Amino acid sequence: MPTYRPGPVSLIIAAFVALFLLMPLLAVIPVSLTPSRMLAMPSGELSLRHYRALIEDPRWIDSILLSIRIGFVSSAFSTVLALCFSLGVWMFQPRFTAALVGFVLLPMVVPPVVSAITLYFLLTSISGFSSFFGYDTWLGVAMAHSVMTVPFATVLMLVSLSQLDRRIDLAARGLGASVWERATRIIMPNIKFGIITAALLSFVLSWEEIGVTLFITSVNAITLPRLMWMGLRDNIDPAIAALSVILIIITVLVLALRSFVVRLRGAR
Amino acid sequence: MRAYLSDRMGAALLMAPLLLFLVLAYAWPFLGVVKWSFTLPTPGLGQYEALLTDDLVQSVFIRTLRIAAVVTVVSVAAAYAITVVWVRGTPVQRVIAEFCILVPFWISVLTRAFGWVALLSNRGLINTWLQAIGFISEPLALVRNEFGVIVGMTHFLIPFAVFPLASSMRSLDDRVLLAARGLGSSRMRTFWSVFVPMTRSGIIGAALIVFVFSLGFFVTPAILGGGRSVMVAELIYLRIFQSPDWGLGAAISVVLVLFVGALMALLFRYVRPKQLI
Repeated sequence: MPTYRPGPVSLIIAAFVALFLLMPLLAVIPVSLTPSRMLAMPSGELSLRHYRALIEDPRWIDSILLSIRIGFVSSAFSTVLALCFSLGVWMFQPRFTAALVGFVLLPMVVPPVVSAITLYFLLTSISGFSSFFGYDTWLGVAMAHSVMTVPFATVLMLVSLSQLDRRIDLAARGLGASVWERATRIIMPNIKFGIITAALLSFVLSWEEIGVTLFITSVNAITLPRLMWMGLRDNIDPAIAALSVILIIITVLVLALRSFVVRLRGAR
Repeated sequence: MRAYLSDRMGAALLMAPLLLFLVLAYAWPFLGVVKWSFTLPTPGLGQYEALLTDDLVQSVFIRTLRIAAVVTVVSVAAAYAITVVWVRGTPVQRVIAEFCILVPFWISVLTRAFGWVALLSNRGLINTWLQAIGFISEPLALVRNEFGVIVGMTHFLIPFAVFPLASSMRSLDDRVLLAARGLGSSRMRTFWSVFVPMTRSGIIGAALIVFVFSLGFFVTPAILGGGRSVMVAELIYLRIFQSPDWGLGAAISVVLVLFVGALMALLFRYVRPKQLI
């Protein structure tokens, strides 16, 4: 327990920072209830028309479904690749491990805009051969998202593997377990929390990815962030405020649930 | 010997798919982008010469560095203030601080930029209220300029600065602070001459992370800058999609990668990777 607590000055400054962090999230609530068709504060009456627009306008539904599909495919793909790679690193500790891991982490550290132009180059090159896999296709977006999320998945797996006791794997090996048995029956059950977290994080990162998506889509593969972007740049559509409120509520609920679960596990 | 061989085979088989995927889908196309920078529109170093002579490109680079510097100072200072409470506050204070850090962290960059538009635009909350109480007659220009970009980026980057700071504050030994207090140092003096110097590695790590992130920032400047305060990342986008000049866009990307790479090398000279989480 820290015995040295922040004093009143620290608390006041921190309170201002906290207010600054929450302010834009609170500001979207009144905007989402405006009866006006443009971005404005509601004056007097409130309306739910922008929430209705989200359900009734097929563009929003289509993009939500597309984002979910891309999220599932890219998250499954990058989780499997990251799992195999991390198992290889942990079980065999090959030479040049640091260099190989560093290479895998590149898409995480390179500025996103450079990754975006790189993936744009890749997908436009593929488009020359194939019409359903390349620039502005959902499979192309899913692949690009996998490139961007796989470093994060790998980091999570390596972190949870580093907390695993090597001796249980050595025991299995000494008792004659094959590589496949060690991986699937000894190691994976022990890091299942890390695997699930990696899959969830990959899904969330794909779900909200915009920097790369902007470069590799135009009219067909309109994901939800892409549609929000279009609504933000041209005429600001208050439906975005309604959508933002829903996304914020989901985030708060998930975080509350998570801290509840963590506390429950800690209490046991 | 046989076990040794099969070990190497196993490692190779497990690691190959991801490495192959990233070589084909990331390393190879990046080399393609590098090639663009030397061959489009004409072969040679013309694009790199243009980077050094073109006034527009120069002004965008200078603006990017200026904004990144301001954002770094402001967000590390703000993150420091809230991290102190998150790490060393009472249990209730900690829960509140954690909520204020993690909720924005998990919300998408678009929603957060939109929140700032809703607050700062001419018909947004702040201007509406200030006009309603008669404080101003004309709306203040708070977005579509550098001010809006700095506010939005600072908001986005504070949580990223919090994590390295928190890690350095957690590893700090309480007894040192108690010793300082016991020897008669005031609260203020203990904070500035003991607490802050001892979290230096966290400050350096946070500052470099924020600075590197803000150099390549795209979404927030594009929305809150409204096309008027273009930063490097948006310039690349414009060169590729609006005035097709792929060579220049590619050359700017290559320069950006080299610059960020140099900064990362600097980062890892001062801070070990483990201290950043």
